Amino acid sequence: MKINEQIETPAIVEEKIQKKMANKILVADLCSYFGKAKIIKNISLEIPEKKVVAIIGPSGCGKSTFLRSINRMHEVVGGTITGQILLDGEDIMKLDPVYLRRKVGMVFQKPNPFPTMSIFNNVVAGLKLNGFRNKKALTEIVERSLKQAALWDEVKDNLNDSGANISGGQQQRLCIARTIAINPEVILMDEPASALDPISTAKIEELIFELKKDFTIVIVTHNMQQAARVSDYTAFFYMGELVEFSDTKKMFTAPDKKQTEDYITGRFG
Amino acid sequence: MKKYNKFTFYRRKATNVVMLSLSLISALVTIIPLVLIFYYTISKGIAYLNINFFTKLPTPVGEPGGGMVNAIVGTLILIGIGGAIGIPVGILSGTYLSEFGKNKFGATVRFLTDVLSGVPSIVVGVVAYTLVVIPMKHFSALAGGVALAILMIPTITRTTEEMIKLVPHSYREAGLALGIPKWKTSILIVLKTAWKGIATGILLGLARAAGETAPLLFTALDNRFWSTNVFQPIASLTVYIYQYASSPYKDWNDQAWTAALVLILLISVFSLIFRIITRSKYKT
Repeated sequence: MKINEQIETPAIVEEKIQKKMANKILVADLCSYFGKAKIIKNISLEIPEKKVVAIIGPSGCGKSTFLRSINRMHEVVGGTITGQILLDGEDIMKLDPVYLRRKVGMVFQKPNPFPTMSIFNNVVAGLKLNGFRNKKALTEIVERSLKQAALWDEVKDNLNDSGANISGGQQQRLCIARTIAINPEVILMDEPASALDPISTAKIEELIFELKKDFTIVIVTHNMQQAARVSDYTAFFYMGELVEFSDTKKMFTAPDKKQTEDYITGRFG
Repeated sequence: MKKYNKFTFYRRKATNVVMLSLSLISALVTIIPLVLIFYYTISKGIAYLNINFFTKLPTPVGEPGGGMVNAIVGTLILIGIGGAIGIPVGILSGTYLSEFGKNKFGATVRFLTDVLSGVPSIVVGVVAYTLVVIPMKHFSALAGGVALAILMIPTITRTTEEMIKLVPHSYREAGLALGIPKWKTSILIVLKTAWKGIATGILLGLARAAGETAPLLFTALDNRFWSTNVFQPIASLTVYIYQYASSPYKDWNDQAWTAALVLILLISVFSLIFRIITRSKYKT
């Protein structure tokens, strides 16, 4: 609960920035809207660097909206936010969204490799389409990213095949490789394993464990066991509000709030 | 539970057979005109279909032999000019409509495009006459190309828009989330994914333009001689078909059939080449 107690008001945020105490991502008093509907209600929390933060909660509690607010994908579908989200102390609303999204990558619920591109081109899509053309460097990046995404051994001989002709689990790891190829600092994952079979899910979870050495990860999940397995911290959202945010171990063994306990023991949601 | 009724069962089977036969007959009726067109153009046009037709200029009435090389090249030039103007405008406006056109302006453009596709081609010819022929003070291939471009644009625009709309939103999101600017995502990812369908639209537009006669009468006019100058009147297969078919001379009538056959072949070859070029590496 310590993390949660330290932040609350914009004044404290200001102080933290000045003292350079801010964590990787700092969310202060965030409200996200679709039109007039308030989806996220005054959420404040901190996401530490190179840790995995899981966001759990029942359907419709705003987990995805929260995630999509962080890389400003929320506004792509017409949403708006108030409050502040700071990345390394900088207000993301003052950054160019294109620049922001290169620093904050995203993996979606359903694997979405580009069907017209080869596996190779899928991995480096973010670089190539932004004008990076050095063939030798691209080849290295493809190998490194696919290795990091634990997909290299399975596709290294078919890099020119379509990115859409591999299995769902492989596609999702391809999407992760594509995300890490642009070398972001933060990776947002929106239920990355919910469309996958148990073996692919296990692979993704192992992968998350490896990835946190290099990246800060925020993962939304429906699966509480998954949150318990992969994350360092867990946030429990309910009806757009942050109910509890604490160390994952504590969250799943001795939560502070009755509501959290009811949810994680399966009494509702 | 309702008791099983044998009569109901047979009635359903009978209905099924009747409806299936009706659909089959309708399908046959649809292809009959096409088969007849092919049959007549081939049987009547084959007589003059020889190497001369593709290499020689038309001869005066009564003089045997001769070909329509100027009209074949003229048609290609006219489609080329029309395509050079119509394809980019059509694709880009279609992209605009689907990606950015969810506003009043977009709705207006969409409506006007639909209206334009219903405008009779002869009216488009008059428009091109006013826009290009009158200022230039003479008929030209350029004017014909402009007329054909105007005819192509609605087909290409609307096909592009519909095809782009079919591309799942998740690809756009994937592109944007990779830090690719919106315009690049639209062109390099969304348009590329929709490319096959758009190519069909382009082909339809070009084929329609290649078969037009009326707008060319006001614009490209006709030319009995060899000409590739886009600022001069130019011959075209369709105008030749019109002139030769309505002439009182037997050998001209026969050559009109050949011209029609060549036009059909030209469009077929064109679509075949187009299919090969746009064939994607991967199944989508």
